[in-house]
Amino acid sequence: MRFLFKTDYEDDIRLFPHSGYVWSYGTLLVLLVIAPYALSSYLISQLVFVCIYATVGVALLILTGFTGQASLGHAAFLAIGAYTAAYLQQFNVPFPIYFLAAGLLTGLVGAIVGFPALRLQGIYLVIATISFAFIVEEILARWESVTHGNEGMRIKTIALLGTTVPRDGPAFYFLCLAMLILTIVGSLNLLRSPTGRAFIAIRDSETAARSMGINVALYKVKSFAISAAITGFAGVLFAHKLSFISPEMFTLQLSIEFIIVILIGGIFSLHGAVLGAIFIVMIDPFLTYLKDDMPGMIGSVAAALGAGSEGAAHIQDRVAAFASANGLKGAIYGVIIVLFVLFEPLGLYGRWLKIKLFFQLFPLYKRATFKRQKIYVKSERNR
Amino acid sequence: MSYFRAENLSLHFGGLKAVDAVSFAVEKGEILSIIGPNGAGKSSIFNLISRIYSPTSGRIFFEDQDITGEPAYGIAKLGIARTFQNIELFENATVLNNLLVGRHRHSTTQLWQELLFLPSVRAKEKAHRRRVEQVIDFLDLEPYRDKLISGLPYGVRKVIELARALCTEPRLILLDEPSSGLNVEETDDMSFWIRDMKSELGITVVMVEHDMTLVNRVSDRVIALNYGRVLAMGTPSEVQHHPDVVAAYLGS
Repeated sequence: MRFLFKTDYEDDIRLFPHSGYVWSYGTLLVLLVIAPYALSSYLISQLVFVCIYATVGVALLILTGFTGQASLGHAAFLAIGAYTAAYLQQFNVPFPIYFLAAGLLTGLVGAIVGFPALRLQGIYLVIATISFAFIVEEILARWESVTHGNEGMRIKTIALLGTTVPRDGPAFYFLCLAMLILTIVGSLNLLRSPTGRAFIAIRDSETAARSMGINVALYKVKSFAISAAITGFAGVLFAHKLSFISPEMFTLQLSIEFIIVILIGGIFSLHGAVLGAIFIVMIDPFLTYLKDDMPGMIGSVAAALGAGSEGAAHIQDRVAAFASANGLKGAIYGVIIVLFVLFEPLGLYGRWLKIKLFFQLFPLYKRATFKRQKIYVKSERNR
Repeated sequence: MSYFRAENLSLHFGGLKAVDAVSFAVEKGEILSIIGPNGAGKSSIFNLISRIYSPTSGRIFFEDQDITGEPAYGIAKLGIARTFQNIELFENATVLNNLLVGRHRHSTTQLWQELLFLPSVRAKEKAHRRRVEQVIDFLDLEPYRDKLISGLPYGVRKVIELARALCTEPRLILLDEPSSGLNVEETDDMSFWIRDMKSELGITVVMVEHDMTLVNRVSDRVIALNYGRVLAMGTPSEVQHHPDVVAAYLGS
């Protein structure tokens, strides 16, 4: 067990409270830097998606986790970023410029979406953001002169500093990693400044925030704008990674995936966004495994248990039909959300903290330590 | 001219006159208590001053400035802080962060500076932290700095709310039942702090309070309200022995 003795106000401000953090995050960074040279291209591609999802997760955490404004419209922000990049690229605008433009434009749209949020709360705000997402999806499908409608748009490889950055090479991975790290550092900086504290104040008590001199309306709009802008940046790299975008990629399901990222990861800390992103990216390989391998496996188990060859084949067919049923992914998402909200509202990061505390306090850990926690996900504040 | 003045302040909810043409003045550096039975409109007056409600009619002046049209966040920026009857702290934040929110009206950093956490932001954060530490020292909150509010007992929360209000460096502070839910010792501490706020920090205090011992001990003047109207105004003993006040509390 480590005891921190604070001797300076700096100790309350610094990002790494003690040297242990420097070591563990340093090691993580080294591993992430050598990863593209050690892992297969499939895994690198998965890591790129983790970076992009985690960036959106951080954006959503700023809005939902720290300002307390729920949003099911982040797929639309991602789409706006992606389409801005695709559109500007046609006119040979260089990458850094359209990257910035996409973020700024999305931030502006986010601020505009933030205005109705001033009067809406909880479930009503969720409905408003869903409507916004549908409107954007519809515009993308109909505004053919700019978005090419349902045909979608191709995105060329990034041209940067005279070379190209292919979407499956290590350079692209580093670009995504850099975006994620910069987003996290920027967000942490924000959270230890007056703006971040104002966000938290608005989440926990708007009345008290007002009487402390916080312009609640202004900060809600700011939170929406920042969150949207980060999502817009992520959208540019998302578009480049996929190399082709069309309206049906930015559906409600994608927004729900982003919510899952923060809900599963843990809504109270930026760690949650990264853990949640890893989780959500791993679901797809898991579903593939479910489809390809599980029916055969269950069939052979059934045969071994004496089901007979005909019966085993029958069971195998049924399992295969189940595993490839439409909407299975959505159903799994639903079950996951319900289970996490009921049994681990602090998410994966909360679970990790409990495990860590268990070893720190060993053998004195009590199961009741976290029994009386009243946290944001379950509190009445999350209206 | 008075330091703070309310003129013919009214708040009507439909036919209910929660506050009915109340006028009063507060002098600089005094402690004024507002007493009255339940539903007399005491807290409503506070909510009118801090603009959680908008007055139906009437005007409010602070330092010779008409503040009736200010938004809620503007009131705090003028130097009027308040506490709440049912504690309104930021539950899922640490004590330190709660108090630092109190410093919000003094923050001058821009968003882009904060994103980069420039040295200027760092320096200002440290300055805020230093001011917060002075308040922590003033109210003996040292053991709780890094604790989450959600895990703290009621009495401590009450003090933290006072601390948060003091962190805004107010010139006028509105205390809504500072001793409700506190035990005898905590109430004693509270009465010392209220007097120290006046004498050491030079803050003008207006408080709503039911505990008459506390009211007698700290107040310079008392206003008694009933049914949204002023019954009596004067020194604590004058008001307590006023026949209308006795009738309001005990019945005639």
